[in-house]
Amino acid sequence: MQDETLLDILKKRGVSRRAFLKFCAAATSLMALPPTMASAVAEALAKAKRPSVIWLSFQECTGCTESLTRSFSPTLESLIFDAISLDYHETLQAAAGTAAEAARETAMKENWGKYLLLVDGSVSTRGGGYYSTVAGKTNLETLKEAAAGAAAVVCIGTCSSFGGIPYAKPNPTGAVPVSDIVKDKPVIHVPGCPPIPAVITGVLVQYLTFGTIPDLDELGRPRSYYGDTIHDRCYRRPYYDQGKFAKSFDDEGARNGWCLFELGCKGPTTHNVCATTKWNQGTSFPIQSGHGCLGCSEPNFWDNGSFYQALSTPIDSVAAAAATAAVVGVAAGVGVGIANHHAKAKAKAEHETVTVNDLEK
Amino acid sequence: MTFMDLLLWARGPALVGAVAIFVFGMVLRLFEIYSLGRKPDLAPPRSGGPGSGWRTLWARSIPSKPFFKVSMLTYIAGYTFHLGFFVVLLLLAPHIMLIRSVTGLHWPNLPTPLIDLVAVITLLALIVTLVNRIMDPVKRFLSGVGDYVAWTVTFLPLLTGYMSYHHLLLDYTLMLAIHIMSVELLLIVFPFTKLTHMMSLFISRWFNGDWFARRGVAS
Repeated sequence: MQDETLLDILKKRGVSRRAFLKFCAAATSLMALPPTMASAVAEALAKAKRPSVIWLSFQECTGCTESLTRSFSPTLESLIFDAISLDYHETLQAAAGTAAEAARETAMKENWGKYLLLVDGSVSTRGGGYYSTVAGKTNLETLKEAAAGAAAVVCIGTCSSFGGIPYAKPNPTGAVPVSDIVKDKPVIHVPGCPPIPAVITGVLVQYLTFGTIPDLDELGRPRSYYGDTIHDRCYRRPYYDQGKFAKSFDDEGARNGWCLFELGCKGPTTHNVCATTKWNQGTSFPIQSGHGCLGCSEPNFWDNGSFYQALSTPIDSVAAAAATAAVVGVAAGVGVGIANHHAKAKAKAEHETVTVNDLEK
Repeated sequence: MTFMDLLLWARGPALVGAVAIFVFGMVLRLFEIYSLGRKPDLAPPRSGGPGSGWRTLWARSIPSKPFFKVSMLTYIAGYTFHLGFFVVLLLLAPHIMLIRSVTGLHWPNLPTPLIDLVAVITLLALIVTLVNRIMDPVKRFLSGVGDYVAWTVTFLPLLTGYMSYHHLLLDYTLMLAIHIMSVELLLIVFPFTKLTHMMSLFISRWFNGDWFARRGVAS
């Protein structure tokens, strides 16, 4: 089983060569590689051996796993995912209890230094991390142990990449992103709440094809997927340019599909591929469904101001500060005025009349 | 600190601080000017009345022919950048959103490409005024540090706004934060430089018009 290539496994599952090549072409374009690379990707991918993958779930909602597995119909993405040797995944594995933990330990031992570690969920650190434990072990311990033997760590979703919702104020569990714990291994961030399945598999495909990790941006996200903003690629962008905005979710502008900037859309500051790859096999994405982007693939998206407040508007109330400043200004103005009058009166009082005789002295 | 943190700081505490300094400074300056006082005019006014002051407000805004001939560049570039600045400030949709969220007042916006064009023209006009200021020996002699500071803080919001809209040079989130902070710099510097003319201009014009009317030369 371990010697089988990816193509062998896909063939067994009834995937045609045409479908496989189509997937490779799509993956190549998603990775922002030239189209001529598609055949190279196909060749490398076809020969790729099943890499061992350990998936750890920490403080999360399982939405990331759902995103990948609950497709409307089984997609090639999910089959590719199935084809990797997923040695440990709490939600998907059949084993339970000590057997499950044993499977993880065996996989780690057998593939030490070579396996990919996928993590969804943030890591609790408060009080040693006892807020989140699996099989009596804190997430913090498990992560340190598993990361030590990993070739690379892929953070699936915003929680493991940037802390996500558990990290939001007041962060009762002392949650931190994986990159705060793992410092000595390459860490790839695939944020999103949840991330797009094609992006998750895209990163895996790149690793399988080239054995390298993708080019990352300053936040550790693959540039090929997170290089552009939602706003850059949004089909409603022309309405932004024309200055046509929906003012509420049920006005004429909303019905006409105008830009949702004024309703708080975070598209301009959010880097992701939702606007082009879309969700549910390319059916739609939030903006297409009439709701602004929440900015879920950005750090602290939960605390970045209201979802329904336009990006150009102030977060804090300006009026109270302005009123106080005006009152202080009036007081200071009156003070300066009085001082000026005093200075004037003093100068007047000290004024001595100069006579011709004085000048002649 | 991520770019988003910087943007949130710019939209939050920094904005509140900048607005407070702006309001404090402007109120202080107005009180200072007003409390300077004038000696009572004991002579009976010769003509006019209150209307002259108001008329002068407008009359002085129209360049007189002889002056226009001599300083054509100053007039054209000056008018262009002033008008352009206000068009960009008051008629771009995100700016109207800001004004609406603070004051509740709002009005229709212009299409963004049109604002974009106006911004470019305004930037060019500002560059022309700077070059003219440096090249012209009289203007150069009259200019101090305050003048160049005033020019810079006026130029920066337009430049950074243009760059953030076109996603030039830096990441949009960072550029937007820089744009907002450049406006905050303008607000902070405003009351303490010649930029105060935005308010004092109208006061002094009204006063001159009114005074001249009393002396028999009503506009």
